[in-house]
Amino acid sequence: MHDIDRIFRGEYGRAVAVLARVFGDLDIAEEAVQDAFAAAVRLWPESGVPPSPAGWIIVTARNRAVDRLRREAARDAKHAQAALLSAEAEQVEEGAVRDERLRLIFICCHPALGTGAQVALTLRLLGGLTTGEIAHAFQVPEPTMAQRLVRAKGKIRDAGIPYRVPREADLPDRVRAVLAVIYLIFNEGYFATSGDRLVREDLCGEAIRLGRVLAELMPDEPEALGLLALMLLIEARRDARVSGGELVPLGEQDRSRWDSALISEGRILVRRCLRRGKPGPYQIQAAINAVHTDAGGTDWEQVLRLYDQLMVVAPSPVAELNRAVAVAEVSGPGEALGLVDGLGLDGYHVFHAVRANLLRRLGRDDEAVAAYEAALARTGNEVEREFLRKGLSQASGRVDD
Amino acid sequence: MKQYLLSVYQPDGDPPPDVDLQAIMRGVEEWDRELRDAGAWVFTGALHPASTATVVKAKDGDLLLTDGPYVEGKEHLGGFTVIRAEDLDAALGWAGKLGRITTLPIEVRPVHEG
Repeated sequence: MHDIDRIFRGEYGRAVAVLARVFGDLDIAEEAVQDAFAAAVRLWPESGVPPSPAGWIIVTARNRAVDRLRREAARDAKHAQAALLSAEAEQVEEGAVRDERLRLIFICCHPALGTGAQVALTLRLLGGLTTGEIAHAFQVPEPTMAQRLVRAKGKIRDAGIPYRVPREADLPDRVRAVLAVIYLIFNEGYFATSGDRLVREDLCGEAIRLGRVLAELMPDEPEALGLLALMLLIEARRDARVSGGELVPLGEQDRSRWDSALISEGRILVRRCLRRGKPGPYQIQAAINAVHTDAGGTDWEQVLRLYDQLMVVAPSPVAELNRAVAVAEVSGPGEALGLVDGLGLDGYHVFHAVRANLLRRLGRDDEAVAAYEAALARTGNEVEREFLRKGLSQASGRVDD
Repeated sequence: MKQYLLSVYQPDGDPPPDVDLQAIMRGVEEWDRELRDAGAWVFTGALHPASTATVVKAKDGDLLLTDGPYVEGKEHLGGFTVIRAEDLDAALGWAGKLGRITTLPIEVRPVHEG
């Protein structure tokens, strides 16, 4: 039933968040919510969708879990008794459901968990993706992913990772961790290093959905808006980015294939967050992407100014590399190459691809050939490889002439 | 309240000459006092160097003794404190303070309850 699918996607994380508070246990919460959705699949086609589906799911999940835990507690299961005690103290109502997803997000992205665990937990508990789906998306065997999730939930329980929004003093670091996880999920979907294209696009959709939740729950956090804007503006260009199995550079993309709804939403968000006057790395990157979508084409001087700003708030070799691309447009490839050569990014294929492009524009084709080869040796993505091979054959053709 | 073991790992041998050991000791004493004032202190042990350790291992009914620490390496457990804390965030807060004072890595591990 289509309605239940849609409600599952939208309400799963919200329901798990409430029940995790009720039972003080993530596994019980998950199981209860899945149980309630299974009941909905059986009952709703007959009875119709209730007026507050999320509330129905939450109350049903709670009641069914309490029944099950009572049976287990009668057999002297300690954790069932503890969960029941917790459930007695915490009430749920079917009416207005308080949104507790923020606490759940902060648990999933707790810095005491490894990045892989943070990503898997976020997709599982908030996104409602199955372990199999997450394993597939990240190209790991399902038992490996299952084990990662069990281990992470075990640490949350045993190490006492708290189920609450962090203290004010910890908040900036903790928000950064959450933003990083969401952006990582998005990038994994967008710049797939390998794997099934459709599943990858689902990851982008999921990241944007999480970004929307975060922006809604933390309306005073401009970086949350910035991240959402950034993802929307990149996502908007997805269809135009690949043509006939080949990567199309920004300047050559067919703008009519850009998603204008996403672009205008992204641009509005960029303006809204920058008005706060607290620019952070996501806001600035979103602003750069907004400039790329300007009607008259990219104003590279403006892009360069934004990269200068990015280097102040969040300097990194990758940001410097991207800045150099803008320098090449404003001051020419020679100056850009001077900046790029000093960067210690040998393992990163984009570094070599940028060098190859600059060397070709400078007419140093034999060096460009070597740089294309270095880039090709460092990426497994077929679309990018095809693009690099084309550059390589053009450069080596000119060497041969 | 949960209990956490805070283990301090330090490089073997004497500290480098630029380390102001006295200042660190004063800092650790202050940290210890703060811990006790907050009712979070349970137990502390500062250890002699790993070179003084002996490992006992039962094998085929015999006891095998080896000189030196169980895990080989250039860094070893130098001391530990058991603290009482509300949750991991609170425990990490205490560990972070100690880590800043000693500039050494602190491992935080929950103690099994019950």
